Amino acid sequence: MSIRHGLLALLDQGPRYGYQLRSEFEARTGATWPLNVGQVYTTLGRLERDGLVESAGEDDEGHQFYAVTEEGRAELRRWFDSPVPRTNPPRDELAIKLAMAVTVPGVDVTGVVQGQRRHSMKALQDYTRLKGRALAADTGSGGDLAWLLVLEQLIFQTEAEIRWLDHCESRLGQHAERQAAATAEPGAAPPARRAVKSRARGRL
Amino acid sequence: MTEQLKPAQPVLHLDRVSRVHGHGASEVHALRAVDLCVYPGELVAVMGPSGSGKSTLLTLAGGLDSPSDGRVIVEGTVLGDLDRKQQAAVRRRSVGYVFQDYNLIPGLTAAENIGLPRELDGVSARAARKEALVALEELGIPELADRFPDEMSGGQQQRVAIARALIGDRRLVLADEPTGALDSTTGESVLAVLRARCDAGAAAMMVTHEARHAAWADRVVFLRDGRLVDETARQDAGTLLVTAAANALKGKDQ
Repeated sequence: MSIRHGLLALLDQGPRYGYQLRSEFEARTGATWPLNVGQVYTTLGRLERDGLVESAGEDDEGHQFYAVTEEGRAELRRWFDSPVPRTNPPRDELAIKLAMAVTVPGVDVTGVVQGQRRHSMKALQDYTRLKGRALAADTGSGGDLAWLLVLEQLIFQTEAEIRWLDHCESRLGQHAERQAAATAEPGAAPPARRAVKSRARGRL
Repeated sequence: MTEQLKPAQPVLHLDRVSRVHGHGASEVHALRAVDLCVYPGELVAVMGPSGSGKSTLLTLAGGLDSPSDGRVIVEGTVLGDLDRKQQAAVRRRSVGYVFQDYNLIPGLTAAENIGLPRELDGVSARAARKEALVALEELGIPELADRFPDEMSGGQQQRVAIARALIGDRRLVLADEPTGALDSTTGESVLAVLRARCDAGAAAMMVTHEARHAAWADRVVFLRDGRLVDETARQDAGTLLVTAAANALKGKDQ
């Protein structure tokens, strides 16, 4: 899980206390996934229970420090060395919503697609603006690079969603055409064919 | 740019513009009563599937084609009220146009191609070259100044075409897929130049099918079958990111 390994990665650089871990995590990811300090302590508790971190004493101000154990380091290497599993794709609310929308009568599916595209496009504009700022402020530090990569991940993901929505729209159009053709055929086609035949008769 | 800073007069105003190709049964409505304004400092992206009227919209805005109905107004001048010579002058002075196929003149070097609109406007060849070199610098390709189009890659030609559209402080830049032949980082730098031009007060309208590129715009409008069906307005980046962050976090925790 990302928070767990994120904390291990930070602790790999030396002992830290909870609040420090939280602010460093957020600095790397531009606060894209904000952590509350409670989550940090809960996660540290589990890591300690599993023997991946250990208590490393308190400072004068009473901050409880944690350090990564050998086992924790090994777990961190394993994380970096193995791909993020894709066997269970994360639940996607939008895909679920559209899958439901096409089967529930009376839902304006095209409207759902259009509204979502507008919303996602707005998000993409905002991420792009943030990226412009990030590029302008880039000092060449690893932290700046980390934030840029996270931002670009959001950009590419949003772009993919918009492309998929475009595709959904043309797929819906295709489906509607096919259905219209299917319902029109029984009544409309035979007379047309009859007309062709009768016209042909005159010429034969 | 915020609402209250928007001056009353748009640089480009499409006033219920329609364009019909052909007659009778073969009539094709490329655009149907499109209303659109582009204000100083604004970059507008036009998106839509092929055949939706994107390129028609751009050629009408640039005075390269005339509407069947409605008016195209550039900096307060109705293009339809001008004769061909006057229209050409407006195009040269006020409008920079980036063509999908670059449209560079083969017998002229990059710097000469870029400086040409200025020379046609009566600027000396020397002064035009100086301006052209500045434009080339802005696009990060000063070394191409004395190359001919057939000595340049597609991406290089595209950037020269963009430099030509930006020269001479044109107030309206129109671009048809300006990042088409460019790889993602070069495309991005071209968009950054366009963005900077708008931040400095120009107005631009760009046709693109890539959402990632359209996202550099202040406003994205969507065309379907010749109609504007939707548009985005820019909102505050801060609020959105916090919402996105909260959602992303929820996703990760499940």
